Amino acid sequence: MNEPSKKLKVATCSLAGCFGCHMSLLDLDERLFDLVDLVEFDRSPITDVKVIGNCDVGIIEGGVANAENVHVLRDFRAHCKILIAMGACALNGGIPAMRNQFALKDCLDESYMHGIGLANAKIPNDPEIPLLLNQVHPIHEIVKIDYYLPGCPPSADTIWTFLTQLISGQPIALAYTQLHYD
Amino acid sequence: MSEDQSFTLDGRVIPFEDGQTIMEAAHAAGVYIPHLCFNPEFTPHGSCRVCVVKVNDRTQASCTTPAAKGQVVQSETEYLRDIRRGILQMLFVEGNHVCPGCEKSGACQLQAVAYYVGMLAPHFKHFYPQRSVDATHPDAAIDFNRCILCELCVRASRDIDGKNVFAVQGRGIKAHLVINTPSGKLGATTFSLEDKAAQVCPTGAILTKHRGYETAIGQRLYDRKPINIVGDVAQIPQSEGGRRHE
Repeated sequence: MNEPSKKLKVATCSLAGCFGCHMSLLDLDERLFDLVDLVEFDRSPITDVKVIGNCDVGIIEGGVANAENVHVLRDFRAHCKILIAMGACALNGGIPAMRNQFALKDCLDESYMHGIGLANAKIPNDPEIPLLLNQVHPIHEIVKIDYYLPGCPPSADTIWTFLTQLISGQPIALAYTQLHYD
Repeated sequence: MSEDQSFTLDGRVIPFEDGQTIMEAAHAAGVYIPHLCFNPEFTPHGSCRVCVVKVNDRTQASCTTPAAKGQVVQSETEYLRDIRRGILQMLFVEGNHVCPGCEKSGACQLQAVAYYVGMLAPHFKHFYPQRSVDATHPDAAIDFNRCILCELCVRASRDIDGKNVFAVQGRGIKAHLVINTPSGKLGATTFSLEDKAAQVCPTGAILTKHRGYETAIGQRLYDRKPINIVGDVAQIPQSEGGRRHE
């Protein structure tokens, strides 16, 4: 267990998301000063640290749309005591999962072969580009998730309530206006 | 005679009249039991099971169980909230309910009931079924992705409008809503926005065109207050953010 004075280590990442949830995290505004008194950020777009160390809390934005997403998600699960799904895409696939209605090839053709104003149309196949999965999946279909935080995005107030309750060891109890799916 | 007839709901005495169900008596007494396929203007259907309660320790749908003298009914218990959450989660994963991309979001009864029972995430594996959107009608669109098979539009069109525009086809997991025309298109029917069937959908399956974002997200029916206080979207006038014609 952590000693009372030791800060919790927190890692965050965005998989198949739009970074809107991370924008909402930044929307904590001056409360970010209070937050960094309580936690230390490990791998996160906020720190630009690329490799995750052992953490107390991992926060995942976005669903799983490609092979790299699966790898990062499993890496987070292996390194975090508590893993949190944040936002609609992590919870149910969200807007990216609307492509699940179509065959992957049709999606790629629509974007890269038949898109308006394309010159030298071709489907990108550089080995550095992660391979797309046939369908987009919520992250609970890949790894065990400990807490869910819905919203598109969850508001800064929701994130603040959630994090302060989690850090102080209280049960999570969101107010009615803090629980929404849109 | 009738004033002697009562049962208890979570310890509260609820009077009822002969022929009333537990749901109808609770509704008349102003006590909320979560529900989706129940609408007080229609014969109970008993299909969504969200209104499940314990009646003398037996688990039953309150919208189809007749009220009887001396029944001990439980509704707001953690056990029943758990069951209701599970039913809601199954409804969510069976369809394609993309709340951030739905113009009904915030005034959707499915969403509001899920908030009420504290559903955080869908929990189960998503089906991502392949369903279509029909925008052939000039004034209304139907998005089959969001249908939960409550059959309120089927009942309204058949029993009140006398048009029989909607039907459910197939059985079990293959059951789905269809439009009752050879082409299967809403535009080929006599469906109109004045129909009762246009006012009863608890989700964003049947939508009125051209006015989707008249009310901003954040100011909608269930954005500030829960459904047990606000009431059902189908019972609230359009001027107040609901679906009911004035």
